[in-house]
Amino acid sequence: MKGMGYTIGISIVSILLGAILGLAIGFGKMSPRWYLSWPVSGYINFFRGTPLILQILIMHFIIVPLFLDKTNAVAAAIAALSLNSAAYTGEIYRAGIQSIDPGQREAAYSLGMTRFQAMRHVILPQAVKRMIPAFGNEFIVLVKDSSLISVIAVPEIMYWANAAKGQYLRVWEPYLTAAVIYFVLTYLLNKLLQYVERKV
Amino acid sequence: MSDPIIQVAGLNKFFGDNQVLRDIDLEVARREVVVVIGPSGSGKSTMLRCLNLLEKPDSGEIRIEGKSLLDPATRITEMRAEAGMVFQRFNLFPHMNVLENITLAPIRVRGWPAEKAKAKAMELLRKVGLSEKAASRPDSLSGGQAQRVAIARALAMEPKIMLFDEPTSALDPEMVGEVLNVMKELASDGMTMVVVTHEMGFAREVGDRVLFMEQGRIVETGTPQELFEAPRQERTRAFLSKVL
Repeated sequence: MKGMGYTIGISIVSILLGAILGLAIGFGKMSPRWYLSWPVSGYINFFRGTPLILQILIMHFIIVPLFLDKTNAVAAAIAALSLNSAAYTGEIYRAGIQSIDPGQREAAYSLGMTRFQAMRHVILPQAVKRMIPAFGNEFIVLVKDSSLISVIAVPEIMYWANAAKGQYLRVWEPYLTAAVIYFVLTYLLNKLLQYVERKV
Repeated sequence: MSDPIIQVAGLNKFFGDNQVLRDIDLEVARREVVVVIGPSGSGKSTMLRCLNLLEKPDSGEIRIEGKSLLDPATRITEMRAEAGMVFQRFNLFPHMNVLENITLAPIRVRGWPAEKAKAKAMELLRKVGLSEKAASRPDSLSGGQAQRVAIARALAMEPKIMLFDEPTSALDPEMVGEVLNVMKELASDGMTMVVVTHEMGFAREVGDRVLFMEQGRIVETGTPQELFEAPRQERTRAFLSKVL
């Protein structure tokens, strides 16, 4: 149980950072300017095309030490998870926005709205509603994928399950407990998202 | 022409290699109703959409009240606010009710207080005969009602010109009349209108001038009487014989 705080905390922070950064990624990908859309495409391809566990290790052993004197596992975990998540949420934003009938944007423009106003008042309110199920998926995947950060010794659920296995030489109990905890967390998250979906 | 509100000169537009507008020249006077007819793919809608820059012309000049639309110094959103547009597929905002659809732009673009925008919207809804629909969602409206709301939405900005892009083409036949009636009333109020349509009856009855377009060119222009009764061009005659 000791790891739950880390799992929940790191997941929430990474989901939020990933969703915010993803917005920038999504708009960057849609930009007609190549110097914005090309690097963003490269970013998405990198984070979707390489294993998350490798991204976590690179972040922990190479990137974070460049900025901090001593590497910090929690910072590396959050950085890797949110950068990875942003690549996926970026595509969710893009797909959601592009799924809106172009006539909606044209109607907004014809009324004199700026691009920002059309996006803010006409496109996004409709697009966000369509994005919620995809976001739900992404958030649940992120909670489960956060188990990978046990490899850099962040003391979250998976880490403690492994530690217990080593200490007590039992396999069933720690792993089954960890599975139950992850299941409860994702189940609750799923319920929360269903509630939000109904409200919107 | 005295006091033209729209002036178009030498307009060209390509979609890829396909030239959809060829040297379009057009002047529309204040309070004039110009009806544009022609076969599908003739460039009618594209020309109309150039007038508020939903399509960007490749060359030529468009002036609204003497002000160039294509001058980079022109604020395009300000120019669009003066030209209301009604679309074939209504394009109402489905996440807002009828009243919010109409008041959104006056509040956000014109900066009106909500009360003023609401009063204007209710006045327009009365005018198009839909006062009781203010709180309805767009998806609960019939096509004819939706299009009348779309007209009210465009009028709420108090535009100087109104552009209609085949406003009755997506409607069931029994709903065409109610939309045309609103447009007729608008014309008699003195609104400057450019109307792309297949409704020849409307063109004949309400149009001050009719334009026949084919293959990206304005082939012939004249009063409805001249164009319908005595077309000068063979192609106009051929088109009219098919649709009348």
